[in-house]
This record gives sequence, structure tokens and C-alpha cells, in this order.
Amino acid sequence: MFLGYTSGVGKSARMLDEARRRKERGEDVVVGATQPVIPPAVEDLLHELEVIPLKTLDEMQVMDVQSILGRHPQVCVVDGLAYHNHPLSYHTERWEDVKELLDAGISVLGSVNLQYIDGYREKVESITGKHVAEVVPLEFLKSAAEIEVVDAPSATLLQRAGKFPGPAGETQEHPAAAQQQKLAELREMALLLTADIVDHQLKTYMQSHGIEQPWGTQERILVCVKAGADARQMIEAGQRNAERFRGELYVVNVRQGERSSKDEAALEKNLQYARAARAQVEVLEKEEWTAAILRFAHEHRMTQIFVHHSRKESWTERLFGSGVDRLIKSAEGIDIRVFPR
Amino acid sequence: MPENSRQGYLKLLLGYAAGVGKTYRMLEEAQKLKQQGVDVVIGYFEPHDRQDTMDRVQGLEVVPRRKFVYRGSPFEEMDTEAILRRKPQVCVVDEFAHTNVPGSARAKRWEDVRMLLESGIDVLTNMNVQHLESLNDAVWQFSGVRERETVPDWVVKEADEVVMVDLPPQALLNRLTRGVVYPQEKAQQALENIFKEPTLVTLRELALRQTAHEVDIRHEPQDVSGLSPLVRDHAGSSTSKGEATDRLLIHITADPSTAALIRRGRRVADFLEAECFAVFVNTVEGLHSLPGPERQTIQKQLNFARNLRIETRILEGEDVAETLVGFARRQGITQIFLLRARERSRPAAFGRNLVQQIVWLARDMQVTVVAEHRRG
Repeated sequence: MFLGYTSGVGKSARMLDEARRRKERGEDVVVGATQPVIPPAVEDLLHELEVIPLKTLDEMQVMDVQSILGRHPQVCVVDGLAYHNHPLSYHTERWEDVKELLDAGISVLGSVNLQYIDGYREKVESITGKHVAEVVPLEFLKSAAEIEVVDAPSATLLQRAGKFPGPAGETQEHPAAAQQQKLAELREMALLLTADIVDHQLKTYMQSHGIEQPWGTQERILVCVKAGADARQMIEAGQRNAERFRGELYVVNVRQGERSSKDEAALEKNLQYARAARAQVEVLEKEEWTAAILRFAHEHRMTQIFVHHSRKESWTERLFGSGVDRLIKSAEGIDIRVFPR
Repeated sequence: MPENSRQGYLKLLLGYAAGVGKTYRMLEEAQKLKQQGVDVVIGYFEPHDRQDTMDRVQGLEVVPRRKFVYRGSPFEEMDTEAILRRKPQVCVVDEFAHTNVPGSARAKRWEDVRMLLESGIDVLTNMNVQHLESLNDAVWQFSGVRERETVPDWVVKEADEVVMVDLPPQALLNRLTRGVVYPQEKAQQALENIFKEPTLVTLRELALRQTAHEVDIRHEPQDVSGLSPLVRDHAGSSTSKGEATDRLLIHITADPSTAALIRRGRRVADFLEAECFAVFVNTVEGLHSLPGPERQTIQKQLNFARNLRIETRILEGEDVAETLVGFARRQGITQIFLLRARERSRPAAFGRNLVQQIVWLARDMQVTVVAEHRRG
């Protein structure tokens, strides 16, 4: 699956170039669907490949699934997954046709834009203001054997659209900053979506091979809140850090012994605050504090733990160190950030 | 003095391993530019004996490499001076992270590229994510490979565009076994080295996230209004949402893990758009009073920090913790970065080790303790 953040990033060219190389290596490749408008560079690539034309039903262009199944190539190229089929077609959406090809043992090279992915469609719409009717389920994208992001700088796109000089061109009118800003947001979204899918694959691989992943590829912040202390500032810092790193935020409390109703209320306030900060909140049940925090941190691949400074120093702490000291001593590969109370 | 007042445009293609198609993509782009009538030359490229790549050079002007002999062996490097004389509009340069042979005018290829940019030449170049300085320890930790050729993060930050060159790891492994990436015997070696699937997947994820970050910092809403990407303002990166600016202080010691601490601190400061300082607290008077090896180590760490554009300071004081925290307080530091104490430096009961002392003294600020990274 070739994922692009908008049209014009070069998905078709990249995909057909791969189809060409596969054909050169002796694979049986056909093109099952092309885009309605074909740029010259793509046209050249298509000349080198066998194309099964789209069928026209009531002025609607649909993929000729029966012909492809009959021809039964090794690889079929489907340029553009987000298309409605004719209402009377067997499948109402093209991605369902693709599923049928896959079920028949045909490998598919497909392309899709971020704006059609379920769950991203609304986000893209809020940025671009453009509504699209077609949708491809996120799960279908995730189920792809391989996903490749087709990245291109937004400046190049605007330049292709004739609005911006080439890198070597004379400085002309600068593209609308707003336009570039929108494209950048979409671009970042597509890259992070791919990173999340890749991360999921990595986790699955590690688990199936019984390997513990020692190091997070993504920043994950664990904020430890206690009953008696106001953790608002620490949660705010956690939220801000998670945002800057495009990471994840967790807030946990370790339940220890009986609590006064005053402590209980203070804790609930902290947890509410954490939920408002869109943190994943958990209360861990009775266990030694340091052990509970570390176990949770390792299970969830944390990279940073936020905790409050010790308030006072008791005799036992002088002798054996505070909980914070023990955490610092035992945390492998995790930063411990201690906050003022 | 540069003849041209306009700084060249730097476009960086970011990949995650040899063979993902960085050179190929770069040459493809050069061909397109040439078709559009742009004066483009190849300043340096590595054919890697890959046919597909070599085909892409057809018709492009190549500036011959500088050939020379160093300690009796012949070497070839990019001929920066020849490119400057030729003065094309766009120059294509492979392997941005490359270290030049000793005795070259500049130690690193990225420094050569900066020369080209300063003279107004636009540059198209590429590197892998594992060459980014701040990721060096992380990469070593999960891959076991210590990358020697690194590029400071600020150099990448100065690029006008960073674009990801993606390829699924399985496709890359297929290429490798087909012998497209390396000749057979080297391919075998590579498979046992960095080309393990989980390593590649991890590197790929890092590259995707790094590119997303590079896109993010270049296009923050406040940054683009009326600002041309060709003339970027380097004068201090202010925070975008009106928060108080974070100020990070890294504590430099002779501990060998200090380099990792500096990298980590730099990376966190970059993401938080914080100012970054580093200090060494000397308990004796003058650096020269330190024993030779320790003095050299400290100087090396301070230099390393300065190369990553961290402001450094040497303080003198009998009590390290008090001197450090006092300085932090005076400078309005919001976060101190420390290395975790090593086991052997842990004193007996009733005494605190240095980390505990600093954490205790700096209760009014944030203190981040970084564990030295271990492998396995």
C-alpha cells in the first residue's frame, strides 16, 4: 500500500515504477485500475505494462474484477483505492474488490490518500475544509502486508501546481502561507500514521519472538501522582512534553494502604486533571511503590518518568534512600525527571 | 565573502538504511530539474555498482572527484573548490554524513555542503536517520552498531526541507538478498549486522518520526506567516505557544557516559525549544590542576557540547552540588540534566551520593536523571 498525504505527491509514479521493476524481474504484473487523469510521466510507465481497462457502468468507471480474476496475474496494480462502485456491483467499494483479489491469491499494489482513511477523514476535512464521500477503513490499511509512505515537500507540490519557483528558480511570489501550513499538517499526519503502524508491527514482532524491547522509538511519559500532592503542574508538563515529542502520556497512582477522605479527594482531582489532559490513567493495586512503577514503565515501554521530589526526609530515608532515590537507582534506560512540589 | 547574498536551498532526503533508494531518488530529481532547464551537476555520488542507479546518471554533468594520496594510499573526495568554480544552480551530493579523509580542507562532508550553500548553490543531499547525533546512543542500544559518522542536529535543522525516502524493510531485505544493494559477500555481512528485521523496522520508525518532527518545526503556524523558506531566521527559536522558555543545564563530568547525557539533553532541549547550557564544576583551581587524563576528558566533553551548539561554562567550587545548583538558580535554569551515579560511587549510609545531593538541593526545580545506557 502506498500512502500519500495528498494528491500529487507521486504515488502513482512510485507504484508503477515498482510494477515495472517487478515485471523486469519476471513477475506477471497487470494494472487493474488507473486514475481518471493521468500525468505524462505516469503515462510513460503505463506503456510498459499490461492494462486491464476499467469497465463503464452507467457512466461510472469500475474495476473489472472478473477479468482480473480470469487473467489471474501474480501482481495487480490498483491506483486509487477510495472509489465507490456502481450501486449494483457485487461490492460497493473498490477496497472490497481488492480484498477479493487478495483472497484469490493475487498480490496487490495499491495507493490511497490520507483523506480517505477512516478516522483521518474528519481530521483532514477540518484542515482542508474539503469533504470526501469515499472512505477506506483504517483496519484495511493496517492489514496490508507492507505500507510505504510517499513523502514530498509541500513546496514541491505547490511548485508543481505552478505556484512556486523550483529550488533553483528565482524567488517569486511565495505560496500562500496558509496553504503550505495545511499541507505540512497533512504531511506530518501521514508520517505519524505510518510510524504508528510500523510501531505496532514492531511490537508484534518482538512479542512473537519473545524479545523485550529495551528502548522506545517514541517518547512515552509516565507521570506518577500521589494522593496528598497536587500534581497539576507535573501533568501539565507531561502533556506539553508528550505534545512536543508527539508521544504518549500516562498517569498512574499506586494505591497504598488506607487513605483519608481528604487524600482521596485530592487524588481524584489529580486523576480528573489527567483525563482532561487526555492521558491514559491507571491506578495500580497494592504493591511496593518503586516496583509497581517500574513494572508498569517496562510493560508500556516508557522513556521518561515524572515524579515529585521527596517532601521531607525520615530516618529510614536517610538510611535506605527515598522512593525517588530507589527509582533513580533501578530505572534502566528511562529518564527520571523529579519535579518540585 | 560570498558573491551571492542568497543562501543556497538545502534539501535533505532522509532514509533509514543503505538501499532504500536515496541516491536513486536524488538522481531522479536531478534529471527532472535538468529537463526543466536548471543547471544541475553531480558533486559527489556513490554508484555502489547498482545498475538502476548508474542508469540515472546518464546525461548529467559530473564534477570529477579530487584524487590524492594520503599516507601512501590513493583517496577520492568531493572536489568542493571545483564545484565552487563551476558554480551550478543545483549540486547533488551523496552521503551527507561522510567523514573526509584526514588532511582534507574540512573534516566532514556536511561542512563542504555548507560552503556550497554559502556561495548560493542549492544542494540536494541525503543521509540515514542513524547518523543524527542525538540518536547515536539509541541506535547503538538497539542495533549494537555505534555509528561513527554523525551529523549534529542543528545542521539538519538548518535544511530547508527534509523528505523521507521510505521502503518497507521486507522489500529492502529482498533487495539485499538479490544482491542489488551490496555484492554477495558484503550482503551476507550486512545481514548479520544492521540488516536484521527488527533493527530495520526500528530505524524506519525513527526516520518516520524524525521526518514528522522536521516537518513540524518548519511549519509551525507562527513561523510561516510572511516568512520565505529561502530566508529563514536563525535568531533564537522562541516557543510558539507563549509558554515560559525552558532552560536546560547539563552537568558535565569525566564519566564516559557524559556524551550520551549531552546528546539526550540536546535532543530534549530541541523538542522543547529550550535553551541549553552545560557546565563542569571544578573542585580545584584551574583546569590545568586536574590530572592529565581527566582534563582531556573534560575538554573533550566541553568541545563536544559546543559542537552541538550548547553554551558551556567551567565553574569552580569545593562543593559540586552546591556550586551547580547555585549556578542553576542564578541563571533561571528550569531543568538540570544529570547522569545517574555509578554503583561504586555510592557511599555508605548517612551520606548521599552526588545525584542525591543535587536532587535534594534542587527541590525548587526539575532534575532529570539519565541512566547510562547499557546493552543487552
